[in-house]
Amino acid sequence: MSKERTSAVPAAPAYVPTDADFAFDTTIDITTDRNYASQGFWKGVFMRFFKSVRAVIGLVIIGIIIILALIGPHMNSYGYSDIQSVTDPETGKEVTARSMPPHVPWLHKLTTGESYDDPFAEETFLFGTDSMGRDLWTRVWYGARVSLLIAFVTIFIDMIIGMSFGLISGFFGGVADAVMQRFVEVANSIPRLVIVGVLATFMPKGIVLVIVALLLTEWIGMSKIARAEMLKIKGQEYIMASRTLGAGNWRIIFIDILPNTIGPIITQMMFSIPTAIFTEAFLSFVGVGIMLPQCSVGSLIEDGFNNITTLPYQIVPPILVLAFLMLAFNFVGDGLREALAPRIEDM
Amino acid sequence: MARYIIKRIFMAAATLFIITFLLFLLVRIMPGNPFPSERMSDEAIAKKRAEMGLDDPVLVQFGHYISDILRTGSFGKGSSLYNGAPISTVLPTAMGNSFRIGGVAILFGVSVGLILGIAAALNRGHFWDVFCTVLSIVGVCIPSYVFMIFLQYFLAYKTTIFPFYFNNRNFLHSAVMPALSLSLFSMSTVARFTRNEMVEVMDSDYVLMAESKGMYGTKLVTRHILRNALIPVVTVIAPLIVDLLTGALVVEKIYGINGIGKLMVDAITGEGIDYNYVLALGILYSAMYIGIMLVLDIVYCLLDPRIRVSDRPKKKKSSAENGEGVQA
Repeated sequence: MSKERTSAVPAAPAYVPTDADFAFDTTIDITTDRNYASQGFWKGVFMRFFKSVRAVIGLVIIGIIIILALIGPHMNSYGYSDIQSVTDPETGKEVTARSMPPHVPWLHKLTTGESYDDPFAEETFLFGTDSMGRDLWTRVWYGARVSLLIAFVTIFIDMIIGMSFGLISGFFGGVADAVMQRFVEVANSIPRLVIVGVLATFMPKGIVLVIVALLLTEWIGMSKIARAEMLKIKGQEYIMASRTLGAGNWRIIFIDILPNTIGPIITQMMFSIPTAIFTEAFLSFVGVGIMLPQCSVGSLIEDGFNNITTLPYQIVPPILVLAFLMLAFNFVGDGLREALAPRIEDM
Repeated sequence: MARYIIKRIFMAAATLFIITFLLFLLVRIMPGNPFPSERMSDEAIAKKRAEMGLDDPVLVQFGHYISDILRTGSFGKGSSLYNGAPISTVLPTAMGNSFRIGGVAILFGVSVGLILGIAAALNRGHFWDVFCTVLSIVGVCIPSYVFMIFLQYFLAYKTTIFPFYFNNRNFLHSAVMPALSLSLFSMSTVARFTRNEMVEVMDSDYVLMAESKGMYGTKLVTRHILRNALIPVVTVIAPLIVDLLTGALVVEKIYGINGIGKLMVDAITGEGIDYNYVLALGILYSAMYIGIMLVLDIVYCLLDPRIRVSDRPKKKKSSAENGEGVQA
């Protein structure tokens, strides 16, 4: 076909190759293939993750909140349960810093041109104080620390339980799988609320109750995902190869297969963390969670809610922290999910 | 088909029975004393225990409990709440209040969510799409009770558009805020889900085919797109109703609604924990949860012929898979 076409066009002078055409181009480094460079799986995941603006925003927000939760309570000299009070020099009476709105001396001076004339003129309460006279800045970040700690610890333990359960159930199949799945079904049919209620009949209210309730419910989602991944992977050739080489069941499950299931499980963890934070906040709000003078984001919201008509500023910081945490973890979870399982059009 | 439904119903009943037994066991076996020991003498406690059958073996007690529920619908007496009135008289009123608010919330949330989702999918990249995205972000990151607190502060306290507390005599007016705040999450979830499903269907080949045959407008949307896009939406409604149960706990606390959520909170956080209430409400919540799952499973199965057809071969395939796994 091409011959016919070229014959129709007037013939160009024939190209005569020179020696240079057969010499190696030494200016190009061909020891690495740049066109078809192989890229590690995790490198690809990182690149896709950081390409997503939302995921990066989420990561930054989480970072800021974690840093503030770590250093926030130590940025001033108040303890999270210290009631701030001074002795009034004029009357000699003890004055407590009850329910003060945000109190920042330099800002006040900047905007009004004069300093405070209350007994706490030199003290800074960035978010104000609560109705007992405790510094809210310290309490909010201390509460964020408690909430985050509860979430991380429970989700980590849940991941270990759920992952092992799902992997084992999926790997062995047959009767073991059937029994284990019926167990999951029953466990999944008990609302978390009911578990909390039953736990509250014999456990003291507090952090432990919240953690146990979360431990009992959050592993189920993990186990389902781990099982699905196991079913996908266990028929692949490399498992057969490993088996042929003499690997035992446990080696195959936890050393050969587990690393390949870690992606979806991490995504699930990212979505479980806001659930855990939310559940903790919700239980503390209802009155089963953190007990005074301890505090968490949820109990601070409850405190603020009780005084909302008279002191509405108290509820704003903990609500913002909670909302930003939920938002950020959801963003990061979405980003991770897309980064770990890219669709073809995104590549 | 009928076999599947019967099997599903049987499984649900069995699950509920097991859960009831587990809850009963936990509440009875765990340490704790239903009587205030400092106010009653040992003899009086022993007499009371014998009277209430607490000395019988747990299995016998469970038998009595179940037969009482099945024969008379009695869940025993509450000890501290409502002055020891029988639970079976307190529960229906509370359930009525909760279900009315919850029903309004889910109806409102799902219908508005559907409309928003459809509007967003049909105007991709325009106002309703952006609105839908923002709503779904807000719905995810703001817990419903936070939204409620804001509503209450601005609509009931700052301006007195709506009453501060729920009042049964003024149902329509006072139910607006609790229902609205409860429905926020379901609304945003349904909207986002509907939008994504519709976009996916609209990009599919058969819609292109229908369009190229000259079909357009409402007919195309209702006959070809919506039918397939809405099937998966059914699956998100079940978890939404369950979330509603949890959310209702706080709504009822905030708005002072005498519903089952408030009952639960009172039973757990009251001075003495009310074992009978915890048990009865636990069974009720589990039953509702299992019931919702069951109904939606069946509805889903009826809606989507593919599930009906693929039911049997799927099972064979999975058993073959298992066989392979054992061999390998």
